[in-house]
Amino acid sequence: MSDEEMSREADVRCTVNGTTHTLRVRPMARLLDVLREDLHLTGTKEGCGEGECGACSVLIDGELVNSCLVPVLQVEGAQVQTIEGVTAGGAELHAVQQAFIECGGAQCGICTPGMVLAAVSLLAHTPQPTDADIRHGLAGNLCRCTGYMKIFDAVVRACERAGVKA
Amino acid sequence: MRAYLPDYHLRAPKTLSDALELLAREPGMWRAFAGGTDLMVLLEFGALKHKNFLSIRHLPELRGIEVTPEHVTLGALTSYTEIQRDADVRREFPLLCAAARETGGIAIQNRGTLGGNVVNASPAADSPPALLVYDAELELVSASGTRRVAYRDFHTGYKQMDMRPDELLRSIRLPRTTGDLHTYYRKVGTRKAQAISKICFAAGARLASDGRIRDARIGLGSVAPTVVRCARTEDVLRDQTPDEATIKAACASLVQEIVPIDDMRSTAEYRARVAANLLADFLSTLKIDGGKSDSA
Amino acid sequence: MQTEIVGKPVPRKEGRSKVTGAARYVDDLSMPGMLYGATVRSPVARGRIRAVTFGEGIPWDEFVVVTAKDIPGENAVALILLDQPYLADGFVNHAEEPVLLLAHEDKHLLERARRAVTVDIEPLPAVFTLEESLAGKEIVWGEDNVFKTYLVDKGDVDEVWAQPDLLIVEGEYSTGAQEQLYIETNGVIAVANAAEGVTVWGSMQCPYYVHKALLKLFALPPERVRVVQCETGGGFGGKEEYPSMIGGHAALLSWKAGGRPVKIIYDRAEDMVATTKRHPSLTRHRTAVTREGKLVAMDIEFVVDGGAYATLSAVVLSRGTIHAAGPYTCPNVRVRSRAVATNVPPHGAFRGFGAPQSIFALERQLDKVAGAVGLSPAEFRRRNFIREGETTATGQVIREPVDMAGLLDRAFELTDYEAKRERFARENAENNSTQKRGIGFASFMHGAGFTGSGEDYLKSIVGAEADAEGRVRVLAASTEIGQGTNTIFAQIASNALGLDYDLVEMAQPDTGNVPDSGPTVASRTCMIVGKLVESAAVGLRQTLQGAGLLTEEYTQDGWREACRQYVERYGALKSFSQYKPPPGVHWDDEKYQGDAYGAYAWAVYVAEVTVDTLTYETRVDDFVAVQEVGKVVHPILAAGQIEGGVAQAIGFTLYENVVWQDGRMINNQMTNYVMPTSADLPPIRVHFEEQPYQYGPAGGAKGIGELPMDGGAPAILNAIEQATGVRFTHVPLMPEALMRGLNENR
Ligand SMILES: Cc1cc2nc3c(=O)[nH]c(=O)nc-3n(C[C@H](O)[C@H](O)[C@H](O)COP(=O)(O)OP(=O)(O)OC[C@H]3O[C@@H](n4cnc5c(N)ncnc54)[C@H](O)[C@@H]3O)c2cc1C
Ligand code: FES
Ligand code: FES
Repeated sequence: MSDEEMSREADVRCTVNGTTHTLRVRPMARLLDVLREDLHLTGTKEGCGEGECGACSVLIDGELVNSCLVPVLQVEGAQVQTIEGVTAGGAELHAVQQAFIECGGAQCGICTPGMVLAAVSLLAHTPQPTDADIRHGLAGNLCRCTGYMKIFDAVVRACERAGVKA
Repeated sequence: MRAYLPDYHLRAPKTLSDALELLAREPGMWRAFAGGTDLMVLLEFGALKHKNFLSIRHLPELRGIEVTPEHVTLGALTSYTEIQRDADVRREFPLLCAAARETGGIAIQNRGTLGGNVVNASPAADSPPALLVYDAELELVSASGTRRVAYRDFHTGYKQMDMRPDELLRSIRLPRTTGDLHTYYRKVGTRKAQAISKICFAAGARLASDGRIRDARIGLGSVAPTVVRCARTEDVLRDQTPDEATIKAACASLVQEIVPIDDMRSTAEYRARVAANLLADFLSTLKIDGGKSDSA
Repeated sequence: MQTEIVGKPVPRKEGRSKVTGAARYVDDLSMPGMLYGATVRSPVARGRIRAVTFGEGIPWDEFVVVTAKDIPGENAVALILLDQPYLADGFVNHAEEPVLLLAHEDKHLLERARRAVTVDIEPLPAVFTLEESLAGKEIVWGEDNVFKTYLVDKGDVDEVWAQPDLLIVEGEYSTGAQEQLYIETNGVIAVANAAEGVTVWGSMQCPYYVHKALLKLFALPPERVRVVQCETGGGFGGKEEYPSMIGGHAALLSWKAGGRPVKIIYDRAEDMVATTKRHPSLTRHRTAVTREGKLVAMDIEFVVDGGAYATLSAVVLSRGTIHAAGPYTCPNVRVRSRAVATNVPPHGAFRGFGAPQSIFALERQLDKVAGAVGLSPAEFRRRNFIREGETTATGQVIREPVDMAGLLDRAFELTDYEAKRERFARENAENNSTQKRGIGFASFMHGAGFTGSGEDYLKSIVGAEADAEGRVRVLAASTEIGQGTNTIFAQIASNALGLDYDLVEMAQPDTGNVPDSGPTVASRTCMIVGKLVESAAVGLRQTLQGAGLLTEEYTQDGWREACRQYVERYGALKSFSQYKPPPGVHWDDEKYQGDAYGAYAWAVYVAEVTVDTLTYETRVDDFVAVQEVGKVVHPILAAGQIEGGVAQAIGFTLYENVVWQDGRMINNQMTNYVMPTSADLPPIRVHFEEQPYQYGPAGGAKGIGELPMDGGAPAILNAIEQATGVRFTHVPLMPEALMRGLNENR
């Protein structure tokens, strides 16, 4: 195989927030960059590029991942959900988002999209989390502003709401 | 990102045999790319020397947890999340579960694989000490066949291992003979999550009815160029009652056996002392309650 | 009229856009024809540049390259002194100093090109620590390596030492560098050319600082330079002065590229290795105290490491100096302080601004003094707390009710301090558990606003405007960086006018559109600028009333109608308000005597810890922060400020260790420079006492932004002392150091 052939771009088919895309990309490009630059979904943030901060968190097939660590080729056939897809339809906020606003879970906001997705994923797997579950579930998402307390409050409020609804 | 992206190539061979064939055709040309949680970090820093990768994430032969009467076999692609969710693993291999639970954060646990942790061969990796305690065996596959390697013989030097460029790690096999071990796991990494170990300590032991130690196993990370099983210290413990003299002798042996270093994360002195403290703590829990001890 | 809005947890103004990902930070913006910029930096700490070589295999003719020669104005970052160049010109004074700039439209190629440039430097001897600098190992700045000195002198310290019957206690304390670690790294976009002037958009705290710096860099008049703040992902001081550097760099590249937009976003590794950190410090105390436990003299020497250039070190030193003697009454106080130069990247602003360093030393020292006198740390402090009418170290008479003892009582009650202190002492001695417990506290104050005459010099201005629908916009350069500026300003203005919160908005901080309300630093935004917001808003009402369009009492509809008529008749409705010092404030900048700050926040923080003697790790189990901050404008935002600050203080104390090698931070990754995660922090319990400040806005608010950074380190180390019996004197206290301390004291 020649060098040229090798560095060729590839087509990747995936669904992002419910819309199916065929993306012409370099296979090793970070999912983070493809979302932000090719799809203009800039709600996903870069805080470190090394998997430490979680600002780039998205859900792939319902599981929380750091999009800075995922080469786009690996989302072939997958369902990707970003912060833009959490607010389904645009109008109504997700219970977690609403709770973040009410409880002061967002300060500068740069960690918030990732943190909201981490919380959404936590509640999907553990609808009634203990304090320890919350702390453990969000530990891959760093926040430098809040000291996390108001974020914990928000998660608790979101699941109380969900509980009332259920 | 500091890497020059056009230099890198990633392909997803359709089947395992396609992958193995590519690896065999030009040995050393291609390397496996699993969860990417080690490789992508190197890419970010422009420190990923190898350029051509085969994504193996989608290959079913490398997935899944299989249970037979003698073994539990974890596909190389088993994620930390899958490890924690598996009831058999949870029951019989608590050290591995504890390691998985303390690896990275949730996103890393969802993406990172046990096989990647093994082949990445970091001396600071958190699951290998547990695998060492459980006498894990690795199954390596290539176009020319399959072979098994005892995990304790796998790492031969810093980032060196008994694996050919045309091979893939297919699975990690754990003998189901350790369910009654008293186990002890402690990861020391300054913070509670998203931490690189300064020391990772996994141990197990059985007490005979006369109160003597029958089967002591100690696996340690971050104290040598590879993760290590501390055979000499295990010898010191064999057939001894875990009393103060034994503990002292074992700790003295342990600090002789390991070769920790100073680096930006910690000091050799700290690593040696903490390793000895944890060993002493492990042995004293054996003594006091004689029962199953905690896995931190 | 509507119900009281001050003190209500109204929703954060930009909350919705932040939780939906719609908020636009600078890296989310893109412009047609945009290039990416990168910085080539010095590989060594000090030396003479011999040559710059451009390596093979890069199409260099496609690149925009900027060196010091390309600078149209002055090659100096305008701040306090003009000693720091934008680009090294023949000489470098710290590792990672910018030498050359590159721009290209392909950011991957750009990075490859950056790595292909070699800067060849003849190395010269360098100094890397404050101790080496003080010892004059090498003179690397000015005549004596000293950027700035201060002397605070109250009474006569030297008279005291010879007096009979006094106990003299000495101590030495030090603190390390700390990275701000905002989750959004530094970034800007610039468009600059001779025809249109210079515009910079970016992540920043102080648009007018960047504005001032660009004027000098390009030798342009003020109206040709425009600086716009984008949504900013955290600052904590780290985006106070540095945006002037990176903003200038992007503008220089754009200028050379004929006005094509240039974006520079640092990656995490570059941000950590090259930008500012908290000043490392060294403090020596000599304290004289009577046998009854009354302070007689405090002789304090305080030194901070400023790094290679002066930047803001003089101001950081000033705040550290003034806070060095704390909220205690002592007849004789001398604080001698120095900021010295080393060959590391300049240290800069970080929440607390020198105060956390000197307060750490003081609060550790006072526990030691208490021990020497035979009093409990609490009783000793009770005997010395400052009270209304007494004077601080600078001779400032405290004219407001202050009740430190009350705060202490409250904090102790919330933590059950006395009982725990007693119980931990007993348990640590009795059982041989590997887990040792301790509880400790710190009491302190933090001045709000600029020091001394600082606000007088700033003469900040805030505007307010109303449109024909009666909507009010606040015009200020004070930035929202997460702390809630948008929200509290809207609360203050709507409160002043009796309007709905939703009717008031903040204008985007854009020097082309808003007046200079001063920098967003020094806990001044709420108290100082908030007051101006209030008066500017009141100005709108007065204008309407003066025009006979609004009655004394009015409804919101009445307000809207009045605005409509005013705008129809006279055009724009605007009002401006400029800072005036409260009456009776005196400050002597020469002698460093007088009213250092308009107001202080007062606090007592309690920390409870467990030290694991197997791993030498410390866990903070509980943290209570009790403070008096004047009127609390927004309870959730205020508590959020305290919690976030305490979390940073816990990081500063136990987790965050900058590892240096030859003047360069070598652990410049988030993996290796470790801040606390959600799994590491204790519950942080926040309590406010409200004592309205008569010159504060919204019924008497003071500043709170920096306060929570001050008390954590000493409270935790005081607790660790109880747990281990070892008197640690340095933060960060990493497990390795704790181990050494325990072994030495065995
Ligand atoms: C933020 C963060 C936190 C982390 N925390 C921890 C932690 O706490 N503890 C810990 O131990 N590790 C940690 N890691 C490291 C990493 O997540 C683990 O080592 C993980 O298990 C690697 O698996 P992977 O599939 O992602 O590996 P990859 O990055 O895909 O591969 C790693 C190496 O293994 C090789 N490889 C992978 N699979 C195979 C196979 N089947 N056959 C042959 N070769 C193979 C690859 O060629 C490569 O050399 C962390 C990483 C990050 C980014
Ligand atoms: S940017 Fe991906 S984890 Fe920080
Ligand atoms: S809100 Fe700023 S980092 Fe979390």
